[in-house]
Amino acid sequence: MSLLVLAAESVPEVSFTRDANWFLENVWIVPLLPALSFLGILFFGKRLPRGGAELGIAALGLAFLFAVVANIAWFDHRDNYDYRDAEPATELDHSAGVGDTVLDIDGESDTVVLAAAEESEGGEEAHPAVAVLKGRTWFENGGVAFAVGTLLDGSSVMMLFVVTLISLLVHVYSTDYVKGDVRFTHFFAFLSLFSSSMLFFVLSRSTIQLITAWELVGVCSFVLIGHWWEEKPNSDAALKAFLTNRVGDIGLLVGMIILFFAAGNTFDIVTINEKAVAGEISQTALTWAAISLTAAVMSKSGQFILHTWLPDAMAGPTPVSALIHAATMVVAGVFMIARLYPVFYEGFGIADNSVNGLAVIGAVTVVFGGLLAFVQDDIKKVLAYSTVSQLGYMVLALGVGAYTAALFHLFTHAFFKAGLFLGSGSVAHSVHSFDMKKDMGGMRKFLPTPFITFLICSISLAGVFPLAGFWSKDEILVGTGGLGVGADKANGSYHLMLIMGLVGAALTGAYMTRCIYLTFFGEFRGHGHPHESGRAITVPLIILSVFAVGAGFLNLPPGFLAGSAEEPTGWQERFGHFVEPAAAYFPPIGHAVPSWGLAIIASIIGLAGPAVAYWYYFVKVDGLAKQTGEKLTELPNGITSRNAWAGAGHAVLVNKYYLDHLYNDVIVAGVKGPLARVAYWFNQNVLDGVVDGAADGAVRSGRFVYDNIDQKVVDGAVNGSGFLSSQSGQGLRRMQTGKVQQYAALLFAGATILAGIFIVVI
Amino acid sequence: MEDFREWGLTLAVFLPLVGAAIMMAFPKTDEQIHKVIALGTSLAVAAIGIVLLIDFDYDAADTMQWAVTHDWIDVIKTQYAVGIDGMSLPLVLLTMLITPLCIIYSWNHFPEPHNPKAFLILILVLHTGMIGTFVARDLVLFFVFFEVVLLPMFFMIAVWGGEERKYASLKFFLFTLFGSALMLVSFLALFFLSGGETFSITGLADAVVSEGVSRNAQLWIFGGMLLGFGIKVPMFPFHTWLPDAHTQAPTVGSVILAAVLLKLGTYGFVRIAIPILPEAAVAWAPWIGLLAVIGIIYGALGCLAQTDMKRLIAFSSVAHMGFVMLGIATLTDFGINAAIFGMVAHGLITGMLFFVAGSVKERYHTLEISRLGGLLIQAPRMGWILGFISMASLGLPGLAGFWGEFPAILAAYSPANGVDTTLFRVYMVIAALGTVLAAGYLLWLLQRTAFGTPSEEFADDPHIVDANREEWIAWAPMLVLILVLGIYPNLIFGVTDPAVEEGISECLSYEIEGDEASANFDVGECERNGIDAALAASGLALGDE
Amino acid sequence: MMLNQFLLLAAALFCIGVYGVLTRRNGVLVLMSVELILNAVNINLVAFGAFRDNVMGDVFAVFVIAVAAAEVGVGLALVLLMYRNRRSIDFTEVDALKG
Repeated sequence: MSLLVLAAESVPEVSFTRDANWFLENVWIVPLLPALSFLGILFFGKRLPRGGAELGIAALGLAFLFAVVANIAWFDHRDNYDYRDAEPATELDHSAGVGDTVLDIDGESDTVVLAAAEESEGGEEAHPAVAVLKGRTWFENGGVAFAVGTLLDGSSVMMLFVVTLISLLVHVYSTDYVKGDVRFTHFFAFLSLFSSSMLFFVLSRSTIQLITAWELVGVCSFVLIGHWWEEKPNSDAALKAFLTNRVGDIGLLVGMIILFFAAGNTFDIVTINEKAVAGEISQTALTWAAISLTAAVMSKSGQFILHTWLPDAMAGPTPVSALIHAATMVVAGVFMIARLYPVFYEGFGIADNSVNGLAVIGAVTVVFGGLLAFVQDDIKKVLAYSTVSQLGYMVLALGVGAYTAALFHLFTHAFFKAGLFLGSGSVAHSVHSFDMKKDMGGMRKFLPTPFITFLICSISLAGVFPLAGFWSKDEILVGTGGLGVGADKANGSYHLMLIMGLVGAALTGAYMTRCIYLTFFGEFRGHGHPHESGRAITVPLIILSVFAVGAGFLNLPPGFLAGSAEEPTGWQERFGHFVEPAAAYFPPIGHAVPSWGLAIIASIIGLAGPAVAYWYYFVKVDGLAKQTGEKLTELPNGITSRNAWAGAGHAVLVNKYYLDHLYNDVIVAGVKGPLARVAYWFNQNVLDGVVDGAADGAVRSGRFVYDNIDQKVVDGAVNGSGFLSSQSGQGLRRMQTGKVQQYAALLFAGATILAGIFIVVI
Repeated sequence: MEDFREWGLTLAVFLPLVGAAIMMAFPKTDEQIHKVIALGTSLAVAAIGIVLLIDFDYDAADTMQWAVTHDWIDVIKTQYAVGIDGMSLPLVLLTMLITPLCIIYSWNHFPEPHNPKAFLILILVLHTGMIGTFVARDLVLFFVFFEVVLLPMFFMIAVWGGEERKYASLKFFLFTLFGSALMLVSFLALFFLSGGETFSITGLADAVVSEGVSRNAQLWIFGGMLLGFGIKVPMFPFHTWLPDAHTQAPTVGSVILAAVLLKLGTYGFVRIAIPILPEAAVAWAPWIGLLAVIGIIYGALGCLAQTDMKRLIAFSSVAHMGFVMLGIATLTDFGINAAIFGMVAHGLITGMLFFVAGSVKERYHTLEISRLGGLLIQAPRMGWILGFISMASLGLPGLAGFWGEFPAILAAYSPANGVDTTLFRVYMVIAALGTVLAAGYLLWLLQRTAFGTPSEEFADDPHIVDANREEWIAWAPMLVLILVLGIYPNLIFGVTDPAVEEGISECLSYEIEGDEASANFDVGECERNGIDAALAASGLALGDE
Repeated sequence: MMLNQFLLLAAALFCIGVYGVLTRRNGVLVLMSVELILNAVNINLVAFGAFRDNVMGDVFAVFVIAVAAAEVGVGLALVLLMYRNRRSIDFTEVDALKG
């Protein structure tokens, strides 16, 4: 593709700088704030008037402000920073701090800055999206020093905004939602740590830092999902989340290790990316690394077959679910792909292709996750499977090379999904249950604000023009470049992905329609009197729904109503401009040209799904319910009860494709039960048997030696001599009469004999 | 200060013995005096440790510091030679930390049959043996201290242990003694084959090359050491003494056993076996690696089968020491650094786990996992601590356990010259699988003991209280260290790295392009005739340097 | 002067002494017999000293006399004790040291 060549030429050979706006250089403060609030709440929270919640909100508020300012600073940096003004290398090293100078890549890259500056004098691209890199020595090993620090570029600064905003709203929301909980303080402490870990994650400059933050996010989710650990299902869910993630972590560790060696003993993300782009890492290594890391993404971002922990994670309090699904945790996998995009891009050969592992996984997840949402009775589980499906879109987008589209979808999804979760929480809060069929229905009368925000977020999620979801989903579909539908300059032609994406779009609208009907329409099926939520709950909902409406306008397609694909104007491609790196550490990806045709087709398909669902629920079910006066949630003789195939499909869905059976009953039970028992049996009987047998043998042979040799031969000799001396003593005893004169006689006799001998011998 | 450097280490080694001797003079009934003397002695040793920590020249961590050499037994050319470098410093300090904490922990909780006098004397004797082993620079001295450790531990298990203490203590004793015997034979063979000139570790390393000890002999000698050290570690399949000893030993005994005693074995590998016999190390490395990864998986499976909390922790030691051994088996500085970090981290973490298990036992009078539960409700702080150290133990980054585990796995991707790379990559993946199992058994343990609600039999038990003052004093330093080392691992890596690099033969670490070429590199040839000759023999071009 | 006569006298005395030691029951008589033996030795010593013109014999004889005096002292003390304890000085009755 000609564009690739063009892009490669226009990207300067420079990746990062150390010299930037103060806010960009000191962005480490952002994760530090919630981390401090974690410690503060943990140690002093109980003594504070509001149980530590105020500390968390203050910290997140400050972090949010910092993030906003950093974003503005980044806009300036992106547009006005000229790497040719960069100070000489030595100065840079000075400003980088003492510990940093040892990092091997630094000196090299600084000279690159200067060289590139000379070469491209008068060149067109004077303002690359140069990342801001900061760091200090973390540890030395094998004679090399490894740095810890921040890598700030468009994607991370965007994530800062999303994470801090969502987290702040969740904090505020929680003050009402978990009010009176036994572990109120503890809840807020971990909410803060969770945010801090995720912020640390998005700012990571080295892969080992990524791993650290990745695991910290995991452990925070463990604690929060298992917040109500008195009940076994909750702690089971927490365990499942953590262990599933651990399975993926094998891939993470292996992948990072492969990259470490392939890139020449470095954990540095920029270096790894630079080398991957420049082709200095062997294709084999990249492919294996990409495959391994994909396993990690599958577990963390809930991609199909390792997604099963995600719905179970609904056992946690609702604000936690919102945080997990919108801003932290699950998007970590997506963000990790984006962070190491050259590895995936080159490793999977995304360019000029029509199918690859990452895209397939994403596409399968979109559809299979969406299908599962249809059979859930628990409102949060519907949303959970929806998240699975939406994460599939993001992975799919990255798999087809639509980098900006993926992050843009992440961005918009964060708002409407958080809105949906918090909305569902407010409903559940008032009826004390999450079961749509048993305890909800007709809630729009009781909870008008949550109803409206939920509706807006749902429409946005369903991708209806002109709400946020529409724009981001459309960009992903365009990015696939499939079926030749106007996708000029895309990275490849991913036909299958486009079809799956369209199917997914239809499913999304449909299951959300079902969810809205069951929750907000029909007759109230629960008990008691639901009441409207307080301000702490409704205000975050309203803010999120505003974003769910408006966030999409940040990245209007180029050429939409004004300008052209080559020269975007106004709000067109603003998001991509600031987020997508244009530097030596980013691959020269193509940018698909949006098409009206595809947008219209996608909208029609996307609306067809909800239309069918609307017909079923709002017309048929509702009609029948009114007719009979019963509180119906489905048709009594639906297709699943009439058609065997549909029934079987339904059963498969209800059983979640039997994956949980496979994991719990076969794999986990197998390892925990028979395998562990066999190993232990081996230990006790074989190994210990050998040891005990050896000991037993030693004792037996010892006894033999003792009985036969020691007791008979050796002791025999000893006893024999004893016997002899005692016998001779007995004999000699008789000589000792005690009579002096007898002694004297013996004496004289002896003397006489001696004298006799004397005489004879002489 | 200059003077103190002369006798500081000697003082640290023998001060506990002096303390023990003084305690002998007091009658058994004066418990308070015994406690004070024992604690005072161990604190005095710890104070020397602090002086050492301050005075240690970190820029010269690769050289022996505070070194002393005196004639000892001239007839067998053995010397009293002690000293400390970056490799031994963390372990010595760990020992100096753990012992006073153990004494504090047992302050009011001496296990049956009580008798603090004897118990504390044994701890002090152990203390001497442990520090001595870590600072010895002479094989005979090393051996003597190595053996000194054995008896007090034997008595500790045999007298203060659980119900099957006789069996456990005897098993421990015989196993270790068996290993020691082979180790001694190896030492002697090494001494005589290398010309019978010296027992000093560095001297022997040179002598092995200059006297041209045959490859075969080296292999046998290394094999002997492998058994001797491997049993102490313990490596699969010589580990079976460990669960029994741990389960039966009193809490403090378990802690010392896990925190320090196991490290004597791994320390022997990195200090003695590998520096002296690099060629044999290369030949044995695949087998050590194999046993290590079997240990990782096997230990984890063993854990999953346990119903007793303490026994579970004991089995987890097998798995964790597997990671340490894997790091050592790579023979790279990366791996060995990880191994030393792993030793310290395991010492702190598993030591803490045993402390908590001991405290649980004291309150519930059982460690049967199925009977426990709801610790977080009845003793919330202890439950939290258990959760924290479980996380550390499963290798959560940001806590100490991770830095022993991940770099070891990482090092296995690219082992030293002469070692089969493909094989070690398989080991790497298996070891990574072990981390999942580790998470499995630890969280499972946590779920069943800390989560949920207390079982009926203990629900209203007034004896179940939260951690008390002695426990906090004993635990706080360890918990803080687990966190601090996890956040800033360079505290240990920065010290060990130069020393490890110094200890590893250049032939092992010399960088060779290509896995195949690296695996085929003849380390023995290199040891004898230098790198260039070995490169030429392997048909490789001379290095760029 | 003939040596023989002295030797014969000494031999006679010695034999009388041995006879007395072996046959007498009375402790005092046994002691006296021992004295006879000793004095027989003394005669020999003095005789040989004179015969060889050497003062050594006399010196030894004086020693023997001194030792004999001590021996008699101890012996008589024993006899006295024996008498006190058993009202008898018959040696044949004393066999407490019988093996």
